[in-house]
Amino acid sequence: MHRDRIGTSPLLPPQAFDVRFTHMTESGKEAREAEVSGGGPLVVLENVNKYYGELHVLKDIDLTIHRGEVVVVIGPSGGGKSTLCRTINRLEPIDGGTIRIDGKALPEEGKALAQLRADVGMVFQSFNLFAHKTILQNVTLGPIKVRKTDKTEAEQRAMELLERVGIASQAEKYPAQLSGGQQQRAAIARALAMRPKVMLFDEPTSALDPEMVKEVLDVMINLAAEGMTMVVVTHEMGFARASANKVVFMADGQIVEENTPGEFFTNARSDRAKDFLSKILTH
Amino acid sequence: MNWDVLLDFSPLADNGDKLLTAFWATIRISLTVAVLSLLIGTLITAMRVSPIRVLRIAGGFYVNTLRNTPLTLVLLFCSLGLSDTLKFKISGTSTVNFFWLAVIGMSFYTAAFIAESLRAGINTVPMGQAEAARAIGLTFTQSLRMVIMPQAFRAVVAPLGSVMIAMIKNTTVVLVASYYEAASLMKDMFEQYGATLPIFIGFAVGFMCLTLPTGFFFGWLAKRMQVAR
Ligand SMILES: Nc1ncnc2c1ncn2[C@@H]1O[C@H](COP(=O)(O)OP(=O)(O)OP(=O)(O)O)[C@@H](O)[C@H]1O
Ligand SMILES: [Mg+2]
Repeated sequence: MHRDRIGTSPLLPPQAFDVRFTHMTESGKEAREAEVSGGGPLVVLENVNKYYGELHVLKDIDLTIHRGEVVVVIGPSGGGKSTLCRTINRLEPIDGGTIRIDGKALPEEGKALAQLRADVGMVFQSFNLFAHKTILQNVTLGPIKVRKTDKTEAEQRAMELLERVGIASQAEKYPAQLSGGQQQRAAIARALAMRPKVMLFDEPTSALDPEMVKEVLDVMINLAAEGMTMVVVTHEMGFARASANKVVFMADGQIVEENTPGEFFTNARSDRAKDFLSKILTH
Repeated sequence: MNWDVLLDFSPLADNGDKLLTAFWATIRISLTVAVLSLLIGTLITAMRVSPIRVLRIAGGFYVNTLRNTPLTLVLLFCSLGLSDTLKFKISGTSTVNFFWLAVIGMSFYTAAFIAESLRAGINTVPMGQAEAARAIGLTFTQSLRMVIMPQAFRAVVAPLGSVMIAMIKNTTVVLVASYYEAASLMKDMFEQYGATLPIFIGFAVGFMCLTLPTGFFFGWLAKRMQVAR
């Protein structure tokens, strides 16, 4: 039953979505944690290694992300967070180890990989909306061309999603006409339109002006509450505390610590993490 | 100095219908080459950015070869080489045959320049666009067709206009491939009336009537199609 709700949640009409969000508190997160434990693994990385030439950017990464789980990845610049995120949908190929999504190993480049990528939503730091297409076209392109959804149906659903992220009135505009926060919300809608099994976010708010960070985080918090499986590279502690089930601390290409957000921010186990936290917390 | 001959525009007036026919031939070949060279140029560009190494090499080889060969040579190869030596015939009617041989030569030649412009256009499209396209599950060909190429084209509309203007002027060379168009008529008129200034001016103005609007059109299109980032 839980499975059903998670699987179909992006279909819920906006009202249903909103109702759930208003109740999104710590207790909501705990309820989700109960689900998560029964969720089963969705993304499994085993012994993943990656090099850029001589540079060893991912070192023996083991990471399991369960269905419905929200994992926040945090760590110093150059630690390999983006690379980790990008290997999960094979935007970056790996040099060793295995990555499985829903039990299936990532295929080689080609049709099968494209199909798999359709199941993995990705949100970039720089939004990357298609500059020559309207917001609505951005959101419907994937469903129409990859999922072969009928155009009217795709547009109807795109409008629902845009409504949900609060930019339905911008549907006919081009990306450059929108603010950063609006663009990022459009990018989230574009990813959601594919009905992904998991969503990857690579520093989704770090290119935004401070006043726009909240509007994007709110959408993400709602999404998490709805049961979406998420991997989020971010330094937004507010988000981590509100939504994350797990914090993964990465430095020098290694996972140094995996912890609950509560424990991690107040009582980190590793010295690397303590050191890092003292730096980001003091300003 | 004989000022009468210098200012005598009557040869142009007397050959009005021939002029129209000749320039119509120029227009016909220009339009056909424009369409074909855009198709070939796009295909070559796709090869040059494809993930398959052999295609990339072949595309690069094509552009470098055609771009660095004189058009006259390409056309002579088409007319003499293809038609006379290799007996390659598109049609039994010789005028139709020469038209298409000239079109083939000019299209393959012009495509190299279009491919070069387009590749510059692709370089203006940020990496993130291709990544976002792949991330929503578009295949390589789909991303190229729906995301990268449309933006690359928009970025190079103006330079493509220059390629088109050069192409229209290059049609004057197809007389070596035996296709009769404006330049061929000019040559005939020179033989008949002598190379007078009015004939030069007449043909120059004729070509400007084709190239200036082309330039304005591409300039307008470039503005209209521009992608805001
Ligand atoms: N395409 C590339 N080619 C070569 N080296 C790269 C490439 N991309 C990243 N790197 C290097 O790999 C290392 C890890 O980079 P990555 O972007 O994953 O770090 P990050 O943790 O996301 O950092 P940041 O917080 O700055 O985004 C860095 O040293 C970076 O310079
Ligand atoms: Mg990064």
